[in-house]
Amino acid sequence: MSGRFVRLAESARQAVTIRVDGKPVQALLGDSVMVAVLTAGGHLRESEFGDGHRAGFCLMGACQDCWVWTADGERLRACSTPLTEGMDISTRQPETTWPDHA
Amino acid sequence: MAGPRVIIIGAGPAGVRCAETLVAAGIRPTIIDEGRRDGGQIYRRQPDNFTRSYSTLYGTEAAKAAVLHSCFDALRERVDYLPETLVWNISERVVYALRLGKLVELPFDALVLCTGATDRLMPVKGWNFAGTYSLGGAQVALKSQACAIGRRTAFIGTGPLLYLVAAQYLKAGAGVAAVLDTSPWSLRLAALPKLLAMPRALFNGMALTLALRRAGVPMYNGVTPLEITGSGEGGVSGLSFKDARGQAHSLACDAVALGYHLRPETQLADLARCEFQFDAATRQWLPRIDPDGRSSVHGVYLAGDGARILGANAAEASGRLAALAVLKDSGHPVETDVVDGQRRILARLERFAQGLRQSFPWPAHFAANLPDDAVVCRCEAVTVGELRRVVAQTGATESNRAKAFSRVGMGRCQGRYCGNAAAEIIAHAADVPIDQVGRLRGQAPVKPLPIAIAEDGA
Ligand SMILES: Cc1cc2nc3c(=O)[nH]c(=O)nc-3n(C[C@H](O)[C@H](O)[C@H](O)COP(=O)(O)OP(=O)(O)OC[C@H]3O[C@@H](n4cnc5c(N)ncnc54)[C@H](O)[C@@H]3O)c2cc1C
Repeated sequence: MSGRFVRLAESARQAVTIRVDGKPVQALLGDSVMVAVLTAGGHLRESEFGDGHRAGFCLMGACQDCWVWTADGERLRACSTPLTEGMDISTRQPETTWPDHA
Repeated sequence: MAGPRVIIIGAGPAGVRCAETLVAAGIRPTIIDEGRRDGGQIYRRQPDNFTRSYSTLYGTEAAKAAVLHSCFDALRERVDYLPETLVWNISERVVYALRLGKLVELPFDALVLCTGATDRLMPVKGWNFAGTYSLGGAQVALKSQACAIGRRTAFIGTGPLLYLVAAQYLKAGAGVAAVLDTSPWSLRLAALPKLLAMPRALFNGMALTLALRRAGVPMYNGVTPLEITGSGEGGVSGLSFKDARGQAHSLACDAVALGYHLRPETQLADLARCEFQFDAATRQWLPRIDPDGRSSVHGVYLAGDGARILGANAAEASGRLAALAVLKDSGHPVETDVVDGQRRILARLERFAQGLRQSFPWPAHFAANLPDDAVVCRCEAVTVGELRRVVAQTGATESNRAKAFSRVGMGRCQGRYCGNAAAEIIAHAADVPIDQVGRLRGQAPVKPLPIAIAEDGA
């Protein structure tokens, strides 16, 4: 699908390119990783409990539904992480790190 | 004079007014907040390179937002402010925090918890599909990122935030599919005498409803949510509900904003060993406090929505009161008129908040009718049926025991979004009063720490 989130204002910001699952994605400086990913696509990650795609829920750092990963395996909370130029994001969990490490 | 070491957690309206009052008495408090900027939820600040005006961002509350932000800006040199710092544990007069990837320990003499609230949720079948967001989350997308959560968003749940966020979406040019309130209109009429404690807030609320009606947004009161339709791959595609007369409706939407007013963020109070008491009016457990915010633990105070859901103005008053209590308890002179003045403000706001609770009640009775295949725990996709089965088979009717058997409340949100509803489901399935189900205990770390840090320290 095209983007889930819709930009309503503040579109005159500096353009930034990041990679999401290896593909370039155009975003704007000041975007959270969540907004960058969800204005270009429909989800952030796969539920590890088999009920499909997830795209975040609370946007205030409380639910932890919006985890994504960097190319080197670091886990990010997409709603509260601002993007930086050249970021390389994966929507696929590198290995099972939950629920071992709460 | 070298005052007590005071730590304030939370830089929302409660924390900011608390700090201001302490600074005025010559104390230099430490203010910790997980957020990148001050302001908390209602007065959340947008990123530096965004340009929307205060009136665009905060509407009728723009003047108050500006005053609070400049109050904090003026305090910056006289407080130790630690943004982007998560407090993940409290024990024996020490706050444990994660700051810029490092663990830090901060000892205190007095601790003021101003940790705010998150949305209170009741599940609906399909709420685990991508595109369902908490109502507060829908507002954060707009306020802090100038985005809507979808092209056509359906707003469902209850509470003042339902109308506020829907009206903010409308004004910002987003598509609003419908506003569906589970509370019947008659309750608002009955609550009118209490709501009149704050005539301006009442008027603003009515103006929001009117704006939505004028724009032709379908609006229903007294609805029962049936299902969010969609698929695991594509996410939300629609919503069905029953209106007050029992007639079923369905509508198309690609996003749902769902919320039933708020719940206080009380895990830190729990870790600080504060006593809790059951609040029958909201059917939740709240930290026990005195009128000025003193908890049951000496030196630990609470203010704002993290103690009682009374809104932003009350957060400011209770933040000041908690600071005055800290001052009094540490031997500083405190004028009784100042305390009395803030207490009076709080009492009026408490009356208004009672009116809101009466108008927009938590729909506890929905828990009984949730279908077995609805998900209750979004973190681990545990169904309502599984939780009921655990209650029936193990006889576990206490929250923490039921959690151990069912995993409901054990996932990454640590029960923030399933805990209230799970308690209702257990109470109904076991036929016990809700207060006997108890409450999920707060556990450290209150939010997941980065994996590398969790491995070598926590
Ligand atoms: C999403 C949302 C939107 C809201 N919007 C409105 C609105 O538009 N109008 C309205 O009248 N009311 C709104 N409210 C109600 C609102 O909570 C209060 O009006 C007001 O913001 C409460 O102020 P506070 O200072 O108690 O808490 P908050 O403003 O919520 O501030 C609490 C602060 O504590 C910090 N914190 C919490 N836990 C930790 C921790 N462990 N470590 C570090 N920092 C921590 C948070 O980051 C946050 O900044 C909203 C509430 C929510 C949850």
